[in-house]
Order: sequence, then structure tokens, then C-alpha cells
Amino acid sequence: MSQVHSFGIQPISIHSFNENHNQIAFSPNNDEVHIYKSGGQTSGGWEKEDVLMEHGQRVTGIDWAPKSNRIVTCGADRNAYVWTLDSGKWKPTLVILRINRAATCVRWSPMENKFAVGSGARLISVCYFEQENDWWVSKHIKKPIRSTVTSVDWHPNNCLIASGSTDFKARIFSGYIKEVDEKPEATAWGKKMTFANLMNEFSNGGGGWVHAVAFSASGDKLAWVGHDSSVSVVDAQNNMSLAFVKTEFLPFITFTWVTENSLVVGGHDCCPLLFNYDDTGKVVFMNKLDIPKETQTKEISAMKRFQTLDKRATTVEDSDLKTLHQNTITDMTVHTGDRGSAQKISTTGVDGQMIIWDFKSLESSIQGLRIS
Amino acid sequence: MAVNTGAKQFRKVDVDQYNEDNYQEDVIEDGLDEGPNENEVSSLLQAGKNVDALKVVLKNAPLSTKNQNTKDKALQLTMRVLTSFRSAEIEKAVNTLDKLEIDMLMKYVYRGFEVPAEGSSAVLLNWHEKAYAKGGLGCIVRVLTDRKHV
Repeated sequence: MSQVHSFGIQPISIHSFNENHNQIAFSPNNDEVHIYKSGGQTSGGWEKEDVLMEHGQRVTGIDWAPKSNRIVTCGADRNAYVWTLDSGKWKPTLVILRINRAATCVRWSPMENKFAVGSGARLISVCYFEQENDWWVSKHIKKPIRSTVTSVDWHPNNCLIASGSTDFKARIFSGYIKEVDEKPEATAWGKKMTFANLMNEFSNGGGGWVHAVAFSASGDKLAWVGHDSSVSVVDAQNNMSLAFVKTEFLPFITFTWVTENSLVVGGHDCCPLLFNYDDTGKVVFMNKLDIPKETQTKEISAMKRFQTLDKRATTVEDSDLKTLHQNTITDMTVHTGDRGSAQKISTTGVDGQMIIWDFKSLESSIQGLRIS
Repeated sequence: MAVNTGAKQFRKVDVDQYNEDNYQEDVIEDGLDEGPNENEVSSLLQAGKNVDALKVVLKNAPLSTKNQNTKDKALQLTMRVLTSFRSAEIEKAVNTLDKLEIDMLMKYVYRGFEVPAEGSSAVLLNWHEKAYAKGGLGCIVRVLTDRKHV
């Protein structure tokens, strides 16, 4: 069953797990990063291990590198810190991003030797470690981004960066840095890979800020969700064909690929939804992943009935949402597995909850749900 | 005292337009969108084929033109078509529309709210209810986020 953990009443804006999923780093919508460790007396309980307080303003991005066990955080204070574990304590290293607006999102590259930071300064800062100076250096990708970058994602080849922005476009840039990378081979997205080269630019024709972008596991497809309640997918192997669906739900804020052809999205409807990019090249809505069981109507005493009638003009004591999340889902990551074949995903929301969704148990409890 | 303490016109200057970092909208070529053909729609309405008139008006909505006149004429025509339906027929008409047409219909409903005429809002509310039942909240969100105005 989906495990629900509540971390208090503060919204959780972003979260990231370590390699073994026994530790989670998240930000309770302020300038702190909380690290919790699972285990403890109650099974499934989480204990607070550490609070990282280096950012001066709201933390906007957290990413935990699984292999090198480093955490990169970025914040509205225009800084990014790389945290390394030193005898049980997390030690920060400041990274000068050279941006004059807030950082909005951050992602480690697949080989964890670089990370990309999106910012309100209308540029992406790609940072790598320079050994001679013992220092993180940043390079900028500026043209032709025209507004705040809201999300970034790396291609499996460690060089291409996808970005979504509030200028309603999703773009793919080359983040190839000759100091740390070997020359990458041409991919389906293009041949020329000089740093900051714009490989492609996509838009689904409507408006709506792009809230999240991601490459599929193979890197051949790019998907994004926008504020016009749409889910769009571009397939590089299929002549860059663009497919999108404009849904009847409220806009989605985050999503993740769970197989090469399926993605789970979440947003203002507080419910994860499963979409599939089928063989005909269309994005199709499959299923909601949060189907509440029919609750038995509780016996309400006559006194309670009149009290609620007096206070709220209704006899039903039901102000909770039927979904597990009681407020917008803000962040979604793959918990167990990888983007090509996820077994569990985790979501955090404005209600302060972190919920882990297990596909095996969802497939058995929801009729007709098949994730492929 | 300085001579120009009374000068207040500077407060009306829009300084944002001079900022080089200002977001410039995508330049759409002034499309030769002429909007729906008035005669065609009128004849369809007189023939009683108001569902067809609705489809013509929604398909030919002048989205990419900068000519405000064209847009206003199209709006008037669409309002004529929408008010020509009886309340019972609205639901059936909405069911014949596809996704893009429902989005366009919702855009016109909200545009119609902006310029209320005698009794138009009640009719529009009815259309809104039926279009929402089919298009959901996403349809309304798209009216708010789409850069192309009707």
C-alpha cells in the first residue's frame, strides 16, 4: 500500500533520496534543508538526523547524487552549495553561480561530475569542479532563453541539458564541458555539441509556463508539463514528432518517467496520474493512481449534526480531500528502480506529506491498471 | 521653489517598456485571419442549422490577427450564434464539439462575459456550465494561460 509520512504542517517544496532510500533531504519551504533517516522504533518512521542551514533565503532545489553521496542545494539567495559528508557532519562548499536573480532548480549530471542550475536570471549555470584551484567553476547558457528557467534535466550521455522556462518553451542545450567530459557522440537530438549550443526548441502552441521537463530513460524522448494543463512528448527517433494532450485536470507541476513509454504526473489536483506515449505517437491518459476506497459513512450523533448545521450550514463533516495528498503535489521522484523501470515513486506536497507509491500494490488494487 | 513641482506626467510613463530585459512576445505574423464569414453564418442560422453555425464560428475564430475590428465582429457573430440556441439544445450542441472547439467555446464565453449585453450573461452561464462539464477545469485554465486572445 502507499506509505504516507507526515513531516509536519509546512509544505515540502523539494525532496531527494540517497542511494539506499534510507535517507531523505527536503526543504520545508524555507531556508533549511532537513535530513531524515528512516528506521527507528516505528517501522517506516523517519528520524531527524540533521538540519543544513547555510542558505540565506528559501531553498529552491535539492539533488542527492547517489554514487558520490553529495548533495547540491540551490536557493533564492543566488547561491548553490555542494555538501559532502565529513565524519558524520555535512560540510558545505559554496559555488559561485554568478547570477543576479534567484536559482530555481538544480540537477546533478548522470556521471555526477557537473550540475546544472536554472535561475530567474534567464540562464542556466553549468558547474564543474576544477582540480587545480579546488573550486567549482560555473559556465552560463544564456541564448535564447527569454525568461526564468523553471526546471532542468540531463540526458543520459552526460552532455545534453533539457530546460523548461516561463517563456512557454522547452529547449535542449549542449552542456559539454571539455575540461571534464570526453567528446560526446552525436545523438538523435543533433550533432553539434559545443557548449551552450541550442539543439532544439519546442512549444506545444498554447501558453502556460513549463513546470517540469525530463528525458526518458534512453534519452530519445523529452516530455514536459505546462500550466495549460498539458502533457507533451517529443520523440527524437520519430522525426522529432511532437505529441501533446490538453487535459481536463488542473495544471501539473511535476512528473517523472516510470518506463520508456509511461509517465506519472502530479500537480494541483493532488493526485498522481498515469499517462502513456503509445505506439501511434499519442499521449493518452491511462489512470489515476489515487483511487480512494469508499469510506463507510460514520454515525454522526444528532447533537453533532445540529452543531455542524449551525456552523457550516451542512450536516456533512467532510472537509478533507478524498485523495491521499491534501494539497498540491510539489515534487515527484523515482524511489525504487530508475526512469526506465520504476517500482516505487515518492511524492511530496504542500500538505507536508511524503507518500511512497508502490506500483505492484497499485496494479493489484486498481482495476485495469497496467504500467508498461 | 523649483519651477516644475507641479509636473506629474512622468508618473504616467511606462518605464518597463524601456527595460532591455523585458520579455518580448513571440512575433506572430499578422495572419490573414478574417474571422467567420458573416453571410455564411447568417444563412445557417436562418436555416435553423445553429449547430453548424456554431462550428463555423469556432473553427474560423480570428486568433492571430492584430486587427481589433475583425475580432470584435467575430465576437458579435459568435454571440448571435450562442444566443440563438434554446437552453435545452445547448447540451446536445456541446456534445458534438471536439476538444479544440470546446476550448475555443470557453474562450468566447469568457470574452462574452467581458462585454455584457442585455440578458447575454444568463445564456453564457448556461454555455459555461455545459462546456465545463465536458472540458473540465483544464479547459478554463487554458482560457487563462493561452497567449492568443480571441
